[in-house]
Amino acid sequence: MSRKDRMSGNEAVAYAIRQVNPDVMPAFPITPSTEIPQLVSTYIANGEMDTEFIPVESEHSSMSAAVGAEAAGARSMTATSSCGLALMWEELLVAASNRLPVVLTLVNRTLSGPININCDHSDSMGARDTGWIQIYAENNQEAYDNFIQAFPIAEDERVHLPVMVCQDGFITSHAVQNILLEEDSDVKEFVGEYHPEEYLLNPGRPIAVGPYAVSNYSMEAKYNQEAAMIRSKEVIKEVAAKFREKFGRGFDLFEEYRCEDADYIMLIMGSASGCAKQAADELRQQGVKAGVLKLRVFRPFPAEEIASALSKCKAVAVMDRCESYNGHGGPLSCEVPAALFMNGINTKVINYVYGLAGRDFTVSNAAEVFGELKDAAGGGQNIRQCRYVGLRTREGQ
Amino acid sequence: MRTDISNINEQSPCEDLTEGLMIFAGGTSKDFKTGEWRVDTPVFDKEKCKQCLLCAPVCPDGCIPVHDGKREDFDMDHCKGCGICEKACPFGAIRME
Amino acid sequence: MAGYNLKDVMSRPERLAPGHRMCAGCGATIGVRAVLRALHEGDRAVIGNATGCLEVSSFMYPYTAWEDSYIHNAFENAGATLSGAETAYRALKKRGRLPEDENYKFITFGGDGGTYDIGFQSLSGAMERGHDMVYVCYDNGAYMNTGIQRSSATPRFADTTTTPVGSASNGKLQSRKDLSAIIAEHNVPYVAQTTFTRDFKDIHVKSEKAIYTEGAAFLNVLAPCPRGWRYETSELMKICQLAIDTCYWPMFEVDHGSWRLTYEPKTKLPIEDFLREQGRFKHLFKPGNEDLIVQFQEEVDRRWEDLLYRCNR
Repeated sequence: MSRKDRMSGNEAVAYAIRQVNPDVMPAFPITPSTEIPQLVSTYIANGEMDTEFIPVESEHSSMSAAVGAEAAGARSMTATSSCGLALMWEELLVAASNRLPVVLTLVNRTLSGPININCDHSDSMGARDTGWIQIYAENNQEAYDNFIQAFPIAEDERVHLPVMVCQDGFITSHAVQNILLEEDSDVKEFVGEYHPEEYLLNPGRPIAVGPYAVSNYSMEAKYNQEAAMIRSKEVIKEVAAKFREKFGRGFDLFEEYRCEDADYIMLIMGSASGCAKQAADELRQQGVKAGVLKLRVFRPFPAEEIASALSKCKAVAVMDRCESYNGHGGPLSCEVPAALFMNGINTKVINYVYGLAGRDFTVSNAAEVFGELKDAAGGGQNIRQCRYVGLRTREGQ
Repeated sequence: MRTDISNINEQSPCEDLTEGLMIFAGGTSKDFKTGEWRVDTPVFDKEKCKQCLLCAPVCPDGCIPVHDGKREDFDMDHCKGCGICEKACPFGAIRME
Repeated sequence: MAGYNLKDVMSRPERLAPGHRMCAGCGATIGVRAVLRALHEGDRAVIGNATGCLEVSSFMYPYTAWEDSYIHNAFENAGATLSGAETAYRALKKRGRLPEDENYKFITFGGDGGTYDIGFQSLSGAMERGHDMVYVCYDNGAYMNTGIQRSSATPRFADTTTTPVGSASNGKLQSRKDLSAIIAEHNVPYVAQTTFTRDFKDIHVKSEKAIYTEGAAFLNVLAPCPRGWRYETSELMKICQLAIDTCYWPMFEVDHGSWRLTYEPKTKLPIEDFLREQGRFKHLFKPGNEDLIVQFQEEVDRRWEDLLYRCNR
């Protein structure tokens, strides 16, 4: 039986961690994810869970210790944000290439500089090519649900890849919202017990992890890792279906909100999806067929599925909460048009950068973007690509 | 899923490599014969040897097998010929050639 | 702890298999073999390893030289990686996923680059948290894997590829960091400094104490590198003996805070005897450089006196 409660995103994830009760959790505090290790430590101190918590001296060591623990046969996870993720960069690659199903709950925060503690996706987007599966949440409910699904995805023998479960810093992590919590026993049953086949602490069956490999092996190994990432798409869908069957909610690769007959679609990730949906609702009342494609799974990138979902509309706004500093748009702005092109879809795309370092993205911002889409589809001039939403300039925009 | 490295070589298709390039076995390096590197070769004089075993721990390659407190002849498959053992022997029972 | 018997310990099964690609005459694997011989028969081990010569040579796919479970993660995190594996052991034991009678020991190896320098924070964290593990530094006094660059363990005046001797340079300007003392100041239960002696008793006894003392332990093993130090490979044991007889590399342990000298040379030899054997110090013997050797000797003496004070207080 689901139970109604009110919680912040951090509280929801910590609650899920207590329910899963993983074997080992090394972590180092960083705003805005600090509450997660704090809450877990409190659960442990009160005897409500018995995970071995390692209070490491840095995020680099938290991921290093998670790699060591996972290789040793323990279900392992950590939590971090922003510069913490940047510091563990090298270890993200090691966890993935060693095919270790570590789970990381990430509370998205901008990267320095300037130092700023608020949300954007530059931390996880910077790690987009480290070989981790990335799943994004719109709200506390999805942060909770996605975390519970992370272990069954990561540990599936077709996958054996680490999973990063992302929620937006402060907007989701600290805002208290209604939530449906599941019974401990149901969550435990859904996640299952962890029994890897090969691991360091398997008596009489030693293994060796982390070799030097010459070029003749390395390229094939990297392909094998990519093949696992490709296979993970089906597993993510299977786990989502199982979750929906058991708990009655959730999406697989993305949510299509009023997209079926939409002329104008905004493709967006994370908490700002709520404003986008609200704007779409209001525009629908004015007779504008607006829809929102909320991307849940960014890695593996569901290129074909996105192309198909965007094939019938007149124009798409691709929203990046991240700057790539490449003169060519953020990560989604590069990957979505590539997906359309590769699949022979000619839908018009306009790219936007929004919400950097916690800048508000409002319903009216979203409505303006939809308005521009309409102009663009109607042959409107002066639609600039890679525009910043809400940027102050001397000329105005 | 234990690894038999004789099935893995630099021409193996990707499907035959182990997951994450882990090796599910111990001590597989014995199949790699570093003895080919050797320039100088130690010669063991069994008659002169007093079985003091001072030579055995100094070998970087574990090429002086010891069983039941007695050393045996060199493992020439792996000995790299560094000559540390010759200098460690107090009885002249090892000679580099 | 049973008395030391070379024949008994040498009869134990080898835990580092031959076929690894370390250079002929390498000191690192002599150290690894010596440390692993201190494991009691029947006890299992998880071996950690920082990136370095030892790692790239001992686990070159698909050849692992390790008979026990082994994990290499990266250069700078051998301490944290093994602390994760050790914590996993406690978790699996607690949750009944490992039989009660299975004993695992956790030993990680790093060169001085991975230990003194890039892995220093990770090591310090693991020691401070008190994981039941041993960190073994094989100290060859430079980054040998990348081609003999200076480290904070490199002795003063050594000729390395980033402190090259030239018309305007006499080699490294700074003296060595005393890592053994720094780790001892972490208040871990056991720290020791050792190298290879004739019968290998010193390193064996210290390794056994380090492995079987509950909590975090640190071993600093002087492991000569014939390539980096530039001496004939066969001279390794002579070099080690000179290192301890000149008091360049004092042999001591810090057992639960108590400092103890484990070897005192009958006659303390002049530092020239150690330096002369090695090409990296060749320039010190050129006419006009006598003062550099005096400076080296003064530092050895000062550190030795300091150690004697710590051991006798």
